[in-house]
Amino acid sequence: MKNWIFAITTLAVCNGFALTVDEIVEKANQAAYYAGSDGQADVKMVITDATGGERTREFRILRLNTGAGSQKFYVYFKEPADVRQQVFMVWKEVEQGKDDSRWLFLPALNLVKPIAPGDKRTSFVGSDFVYEDVSGRALWEDTHELSGETETQYLIKNKPNNPDAVDFSEYTVAIDKTTFLPVKAEYLDKNGKLFRRVEAVKIETIQGHPTVTESRVEDLARGGRTINFFSAVIYDTGLKESIFTERFLRRPPREATK
Amino acid sequence: MNTIRQISLISLILSSSAFAADLALHGFVDARYGLRTQNDPNKGDKTLEELRLQLSRVWYQDLFTATVRSDFLFDGVANNHDQLNLETGKGPVDLREMNVQFTPVDWMDIKAGRQILTWGTGDLLFINDLFPKDWKSFFAGRDEEYLKAPSDALFISFFPPFASIDFAYTPRFDSDRFIDGERFSYWNGAALTGTDLKTERQDEWLEDDETAARIYHTFEGMEFAVYGYDGFWKTPQGFDPVKGKNTFPKLSVYGTSIRGPLAGGIARLEGGYYDSRDDRNGTDPWAPNSQARLLAGYEHEIIKDLTGSAQYYIEHMMRHNEYCDAYPGPSGTEADENRHVLTLRLTQMLLNQNLTLGLFVYWSPSDQDGYLRPGVSYKLTDHWLMEARGNFFFGEHNYTFFGQFEDNSNASLAARYSF
Repeated sequence: MKNWIFAITTLAVCNGFALTVDEIVEKANQAAYYAGSDGQADVKMVITDATGGERTREFRILRLNTGAGSQKFYVYFKEPADVRQQVFMVWKEVEQGKDDSRWLFLPALNLVKPIAPGDKRTSFVGSDFVYEDVSGRALWEDTHELSGETETQYLIKNKPNNPDAVDFSEYTVAIDKTTFLPVKAEYLDKNGKLFRRVEAVKIETIQGHPTVTESRVEDLARGGRTINFFSAVIYDTGLKESIFTERFLRRPPREATK
Repeated sequence: MNTIRQISLISLILSSSAFAADLALHGFVDARYGLRTQNDPNKGDKTLEELRLQLSRVWYQDLFTATVRSDFLFDGVANNHDQLNLETGKGPVDLREMNVQFTPVDWMDIKAGRQILTWGTGDLLFINDLFPKDWKSFFAGRDEEYLKAPSDALFISFFPPFASIDFAYTPRFDSDRFIDGERFSYWNGAALTGTDLKTERQDEWLEDDETAARIYHTFEGMEFAVYGYDGFWKTPQGFDPVKGKNTFPKLSVYGTSIRGPLAGGIARLEGGYYDSRDDRNGTDPWAPNSQARLLAGYEHEIIKDLTGSAQYYIEHMMRHNEYCDAYPGPSGTEADENRHVLTLRLTQMLLNQNLTLGLFVYWSPSDQDGYLRPGVSYKLTDHWLMEARGNFFFGEHNYTFFGQFEDNSNASLAARYSF
């Protein structure tokens, strides 16, 4: 499931008698973001800026598939101290024209605050990952093209259908032919220069699901990088949908605090 | 306070914070210093000179969750270390939370004890949130969390399928921590003054109580809520001419709100009727008039990492003619029938969200006054935060809500170590 942190969702046609475009795109999207009916993981994020300064974030993330591509996420922060016990919740929508809903819970004020949907290419908690890396990029937002193929990987070039809405002109994703997990994505800026690289550093099979347990993003333009370490990954825990409500923002459930 | 004492106090607090981390205690050490940006004939220059240690501990048990969170404070402006009043937060200890939360049946949660309570949709404007506020902390530039003062309450939530219902019972009235001359000067009805405001507060357990309720439901992304409150005006807006003391007249509030996504942002609308039960016909000069209050707000990301939010708020006095006829103060200082307020919030995040530039503006075209709250904060590391804040009041008149605080305008610097 940590695969949703690892943001590559798209694929394209392959040759010959193999899978159709739609089948591949769907398979990769499922492998990266939808494994199991639900999942949870402890995430440690190490953010290193261009000058070598290091910051860490630690949180528990709960994810539930709620049907037709929509999902609910519950992120419970443990570190650093100034955000401890804060909760970030997302109801993700993939249907065209529908925005995600996001909330923040601030424990010191006991305040549940809806957050304006905003730019999905904004940094997630100050890291080099963006919101879209966490919850996925809808398939319809890009045009996909098979740009190459090796024995083990498909190489897919993706061009945004609405270039003004994003910070890249295109990105190429390498997808493992066996697991269908995206293992590397490289983003070109508006001038066609490589500026961002996301990689799956470590993959383990957990409960039958190939799972990225370490991922890395590099900001090649500014020099920063962020590494995510995933632990305590569990699928199909039977998460209840009621957890993803105001009640459990104000009163974090055992699934988040234990 | 002398430097050696200050240094030894800091080192004591820092060493105790290291010790605290070993005990799974968390919190912060926070030092703040603030000065008036002009002279105030009624008060000294300092608005803040404090060192604060917050410690918190949460116990997650199978049957309950217990929380204790308390501040220990050296306050060089209030200088009231010999007093200890946990109810008002005066003195060296400010107990923020001490409560137990449990779920007796799966459709009900109970939280009992000292807790921070918040609801409603306004951004630094409150209509149906009648839980105690701390205006002194807010105006002095303490962290925004201190705008909320704790309640000693029983909070019960019910979750039937059709809606969620919250019920807050405060067995003894918790007023706001209002401007009373301790740190800031104010308009006393006839003149600006810095002397202590004399008040008489209802304090009978179970008799002088407060009850607040909210029913809310989210449908298609829109959150609908209705609210009710039975208690007292939260600031001493009444006056007892025999005793010469300000009082907290009876108040009931009924209101509603809607909040949800609109055109890529978040829109909100909230209204409430303030039934001033001691002066329903508006003729008592010593009790506030009933009011209708309404706010409309919208928040949107302007560009990446810059969010803007605006609100319009109106306070309508129900019986303005009667109020003017009975008004005891100097002629010309009466409140208007309608008080209009506009607010604007801008928040810019920079440098990997470690630098935050913020501005909040209140401006009342009817009162011709306002309040600017600029702030800059920088997270040096995961532990250290530095910030600078301003609280600038302006107004044409000394008797309007923000205008009376003009001489209290201040700027402050702070450093915080979180652990």
